[in-house]
Amino acid sequence: MAAHRCSRSALLLVLCSLCLFSIAESQETTPAGDHRATGVDNPQSVTGSTEQMAEQPTVVEEEEEEEEDRRWEATRDEVETENTSAPDTSAPTFEVHSSVPKPKDDFQEELVIRPLHSGDIYASFQFRTLWETDFTTGNKVSHYRLFPKSLGQVISKFSVRELHISFTQGYWRTMQWGQPFLPSPPGAELWVWFQDSVTDVDETWKELTNVLSGIFCASLNFIDSTNTVQPSASFKPLGIGNVTDHRFLRYATLPREIVCTENLTPWKKLLPCGSKAGLAVLLKSEKLFHSSFHSQAVHIRPVCKDWQCKTKSWELRQTLNVVFDLHTPGQGKQEWSLFKMFSRTLTEACPLASSSKIYVDITDDPQGEQFEVSPATHLLSQAMVLGDRRTFSLYDLTQQITFGTVRSLNLHIRWKSSEGYIHYQPSKDRVRPHLLEMLVQLPPNSVTEVTVQFERALLKWTEYTPDPNHGFYVGSSVISSLVPSIVAMDTNSTREQPLFSSL
Amino acid sequence: MAAPMTLLLIVAVTIRAVLYRSGVADLVSERVEVVSPLTAWKRVVEGLALLDLGVSPYSGDVFHETPLIIYLFHFLVDYAEITFMLADVITAVALYMAVKDYNKQVFRKQKYALEADRYPLDCLELIRSPGEMYYIPLKVAMCYLLNPFTVLSCVAKSTCGLNNAVIALFILSTVKGNMLLSAIFLSLATYQSIYPLTLSAAALLYLIFWWFVAQYAFMYLGSLLVLVGLSFFLLGFWDYLPSVYGFILSVPDLTPNIGLFWDFFAEMFEHFRLFFLCVFQINVFFYTLPLSIKLKEHPVFLIFMQLAVISIFKSYPTVGDISLYLAFLPVWSHLHRFLRNIFLVSCVLLACSALFPVLWHLWIYAGSANSNFYYAITLLFNVAQILLVSDYFYAFLRREHHLSYGLYLKRKDGSEATLVLK
Repeated sequence: MAAHRCSRSALLLVLCSLCLFSIAESQETTPAGDHRATGVDNPQSVTGSTEQMAEQPTVVEEEEEEEEDRRWEATRDEVETENTSAPDTSAPTFEVHSSVPKPKDDFQEELVIRPLHSGDIYASFQFRTLWETDFTTGNKVSHYRLFPKSLGQVISKFSVRELHISFTQGYWRTMQWGQPFLPSPPGAELWVWFQDSVTDVDETWKELTNVLSGIFCASLNFIDSTNTVQPSASFKPLGIGNVTDHRFLRYATLPREIVCTENLTPWKKLLPCGSKAGLAVLLKSEKLFHSSFHSQAVHIRPVCKDWQCKTKSWELRQTLNVVFDLHTPGQGKQEWSLFKMFSRTLTEACPLASSSKIYVDITDDPQGEQFEVSPATHLLSQAMVLGDRRTFSLYDLTQQITFGTVRSLNLHIRWKSSEGYIHYQPSKDRVRPHLLEMLVQLPPNSVTEVTVQFERALLKWTEYTPDPNHGFYVGSSVISSLVPSIVAMDTNSTREQPLFSSL
Repeated sequence: MAAPMTLLLIVAVTIRAVLYRSGVADLVSERVEVVSPLTAWKRVVEGLALLDLGVSPYSGDVFHETPLIIYLFHFLVDYAEITFMLADVITAVALYMAVKDYNKQVFRKQKYALEADRYPLDCLELIRSPGEMYYIPLKVAMCYLLNPFTVLSCVAKSTCGLNNAVIALFILSTVKGNMLLSAIFLSLATYQSIYPLTLSAAALLYLIFWWFVAQYAFMYLGSLLVLVGLSFFLLGFWDYLPSVYGFILSVPDLTPNIGLFWDFFAEMFEHFRLFFLCVFQINVFFYTLPLSIKLKEHPVFLIFMQLAVISIFKSYPTVGDISLYLAFLPVWSHLHRFLRNIFLVSCVLLACSALFPVLWHLWIYAGSANSNFYYAITLLFNVAQILLVSDYFYAFLRREHHLSYGLYLKRKDGSEATLVLK
């Protein structure tokens, strides 16, 4: 009898442990997917995201790892809390989680603001949608969520493996502004890698350019054999790809293409939140096109979902780079704010975004001497950008405290003008001359120009010089640099030295 | 007549706004005919910059505006264009209302004179009818706003526009009979540049009783004192007195302009400088007494004459000053039949206006002319203006004479007589 009870209890124990194991297994997978969709509500996911390092925009595989880690961290926390909370409350939530299918797409938005040496401001928006789906196999994809349907249909109809299109207005001044995140030529540029399954690439290319010209309201239909080339060495696929047969690559550029509001509006429509919420509310055409440089681009490529690369995701990146030149002539003060640049402030993050962040580049001014950013944030992150380690102040829009009590975020960047001393004594006609003294801090590797406007005065006949056609002589100006010099102060030198060494 | 007036204002503001946005604004603000050392916008900006730097704006020789102007533009420097357009609009509206009121007064006086049978029978064609007087206010506003001189002066952001606005408001308040406002605006105008002091004679002619004259003088001096005291408190020192009034009266800066002072004083012996300075300045004030005695029944014509005399003989005139008295010409459109030199005068004025930039270029940039060429055109321009003013004066007096003695004059023996101004 005891043996029966023993065996029955052992069986019961084994069954219970199996049940628990299955419960734990399912809890690992379902809350992760759920946390992706309701990222704002779940406190564990928020702490997980703030602990992580800043994203590195150029490398894809590491990002996948980070996402994996994040998901693992979150689920571990969740499992612990699930275990500690009362079992009757955990059971209903577990059932709800398991009934919702895991969404396979993810949207992230970020804005990087970098003050440039010349006084301009470089703002770079990046909107990334990752979608684990397969456009290439026969079954038509019909349920679109965050990925725009127009681009998805383009990918599947024209068997596109990678698509890169950019519209740029203006010329990037590398000498004054440094390197951009993604260089783009003026006008429109389009290059596409087609799948191996395409038979007539030129025909497909022609149809693709016409469809794209309709989507982006640009005159891409002018792309034909006169401006299309097939590069053999300059381009490699930026996403995953097996074969790099250059027969499937096409590159075309339209340098005369002008970018205007008609191109910005369909570009904005491709975003999941449109221009209604999140960082895209800042994209107002009247301010964006009043800039020195403006470039908007769309990049589509297949990426690996995880480090083993078992499944493939499609990545859609929409980038917008703009350089604002907001010099106020005549006044030394230069103050920047989101409102001044974009005539809007931010009130909320895009609810469909899993992360919405603003990065302000403070590498050139870590101690806050040259400029100060307000509202201040203690969140800092470091990232490698183009081989250079840079420090950023981080603003996370998914957190309510970023917006403060006013419910809106308006970043101010105030340049601390070095208080140069100016002593100016204007002249009085026939009494005294002008005197202008300026204490200036000259930045290195730069050219400083001082210009003075003057007006001519009519002379009386007694004041004419004997040779008036010669004109007047203007005296030279004096530049003195404040450098301590020991040599000049040393007058008690008894050693044999030439006189010029003591000048 | 609000609708045509509104349309006119819209057209004028549009023209000025369009010119502000084009490259004309920078070109015109450098021209010596349009801006003078007293009114240039560049000097206002310089004065504001000096004030920001902590240096007194009057320590150099550049800034000659009054302290109230500094403080006005301290707040309005970003809206300067709107300020000047608004000043032009205020001037036009004030002139419109003043001329309308003046026409009513003229018509009323004429009616009483007709009823009292004071006019001889044959001069009935000289009587003015309401029909011809109906459009005169609109024509006056049009003459001011659409005059190229005014447009240039506004686009160059010359503070002459603000002076004109104050004088126009003075004229309006005088014609309406509001003595307090008239005294205040006159003191503002005198505070800006000394010469409008001569217009006080015209204002006083509106008053009949001795007690009112004393009241007016008191109000005028009181408001002038307030302005001067305010300037002192705003800046904390009396520096502005020699820089503004001393500059206007002693003419140290000989920058070429369309006036008569500059070349004369450039070629003068130092010994006689003070003498000729006094002569030239008294010349401006001198005509007040004889004109006010002759025109004591017609104060508005006296104002017109005084404005013309000021614009011609002041130390630093600009085209903005000219446009103010030219705006009055439609009011005397009934005198056209008595004008003798109008064709000559208008041809000379047009030709000189065209020749000013040409000879300036030849003198300064090409180097093939000298200051005499430019001064010759200046002299011709001023002679034409004097001829214009004296022609209108002659026509006005002749009409008055005909209204008293009949249109077709006969000598004692019955033969036809002609009228000569002696």
